[in-house]
Amino acid sequence: MASQAGQALNIEHLNKEYKLESGAVKALGDVTLNVQPGEFLSIVGGSGCGKSTLLRLIVGLESEFEGCILLGNTPITGTGVDRGIVFQEARLLPWFTVEQNIAFGCGTQFSYQERKRTVEEHIDLVGLAGFKRAYPHQLSGGMQQRVSIARALVNRPKVLLLDEPFGALDALTRINMQQEVLRIWEAEKTTMILVTHDIDEAIYLGDRVVVMSDRPGTIKRDLTVNLPRPRNRSDYDFVQIRKQIYAEFFAHEERATDYAI
Amino acid sequence: MEAIISKTVCVQPINEKSIRLSSLSFKTLNPARLMLPLVLPVLLLLAWEFLSNRGLIRSSILPAPSTIWQTALDMLKSGELINHLWTSILRVLQGFAVGGTLGLALGFLIGLSEKVERSLLLVTGLLRPIPIIAWVPVLILWMGIDEASKITVIAIGSFWPVLLNVIHGIRTTDRKFIEVARVLEKGRISLWWNVILPSALPSIFTGIRIGIGIAWMSVIAAELIAASAGVGYLIMYARELSQPDVMLVGVVSIGVTGLLIDVIIKRLEGRLLKWNVNLQTR
Repeated sequence: MASQAGQALNIEHLNKEYKLESGAVKALGDVTLNVQPGEFLSIVGGSGCGKSTLLRLIVGLESEFEGCILLGNTPITGTGVDRGIVFQEARLLPWFTVEQNIAFGCGTQFSYQERKRTVEEHIDLVGLAGFKRAYPHQLSGGMQQRVSIARALVNRPKVLLLDEPFGALDALTRINMQQEVLRIWEAEKTTMILVTHDIDEAIYLGDRVVVMSDRPGTIKRDLTVNLPRPRNRSDYDFVQIRKQIYAEFFAHEERATDYAI
Repeated sequence: MEAIISKTVCVQPINEKSIRLSSLSFKTLNPARLMLPLVLPVLLLLAWEFLSNRGLIRSSILPAPSTIWQTALDMLKSGELINHLWTSILRVLQGFAVGGTLGLALGFLIGLSEKVERSLLLVTGLLRPIPIIAWVPVLILWMGIDEASKITVIAIGSFWPVLLNVIHGIRTTDRKFIEVARVLEKGRISLWWNVILPSALPSIFTGIRIGIGIAWMSVIAAELIAASAGVGYLIMYARELSQPDVMLVGVVSIGVTGLLIDVIIKRLEGRLLKWNVNLQTR
């Protein structure tokens, strides 16, 4: 049980095709990526660039791929509680209360007492004390996503995957949740991989930002964000990094942004 | 309604108590809302009574509401009505216990395995469109005229809606929830118990409600054809004796009982499926 020490995630020459009736669609083209233990990696890309597919492959929901995904030294062949995922929609079970939803995340290794304690801890961790017995439909979108994060964390996964987790939230709640995730990451030291189409969000959170190209998804750019946290979105360096990433998406047209701000 | 509640929840830091309060407050009905469904029936009754008193409706065909009311009171006092009703209700309960249980069991079996569904496809497809009434003479031939044939008719009637709704409920489980269970490495039992079954429950309840409704209709049909007790028999017998008021008491009591059964099941559903947002807005 070396979960605390963490394990690196190595993705090598990963290819993925979807077979549709109209023919095969290449979703990922030769993706090679290395994520260090405890690292926060952001992946940015347009919609349909295969970034969600990448996460689904890592978490084990998709099979049939070429290449290799290794967590530590173990190849990933299916789902497992060593990897957690937070989807864009919170996907809470509507018939369970907050408490029950988080408890549903617990694997079989927990005794009754441990399970109870872990659930309590995680409710506190995501700041939902007092909402234990609320049903998902009684919560706001941001609160639902907090529960979803707590559910993904109870097993202490080595890697937590975040698939556009704040995409459906309003701008203010989103900034709030970003700070929250940062706090949780600093407290738990879990490896995190965030997929987003929000460039600011990617830079604000990530140690590294990976830019993905459109179909088939390939890695176009891998940028290290060497800024101290908490980061200021209007810092000179922050803005410079944003410009670089921006240029990856809108290569020619948007020169005007150089003079903005 | 729901939107308002979730908004109040997210704006202020609220504890659990206030959530309960806010979900209670919209349940308190105001009198005007309660009165609305009563307006039309009361108007109709008044018109009917008025026309009967004027002699515009012949009392040998349709007695005045007041006459029917009086007959109903008399029949309640003598215990006649209750006896017949109880006989019918007992038959419904027995028949539904058989039909509903079979529907649930087979529904889960089919939901569990596509193979079972495919192997039963022709049989169910052929049997389902047969109206319950068509079974009555056949069952009387097979089982005689007493209880067994009636209970079987009810069982057949209630079996189909329960079966179909159980299958529907299981099949329409959101794939996204199934993925969550997979990611969390849940076994088959946990997946069924924690995800598929609860998600099928609203549909199962719908099946039960429709099933009991049809069971109640089936019992009357069976009793109209051959019985020596029960509401259906009461109506048939009153026709032979030319007692339109007794007939109508029978007819109305069928409606009232059906309504009561439905209300009871709805209450039960509301109690058991507190989480179901769609129920609360009703």
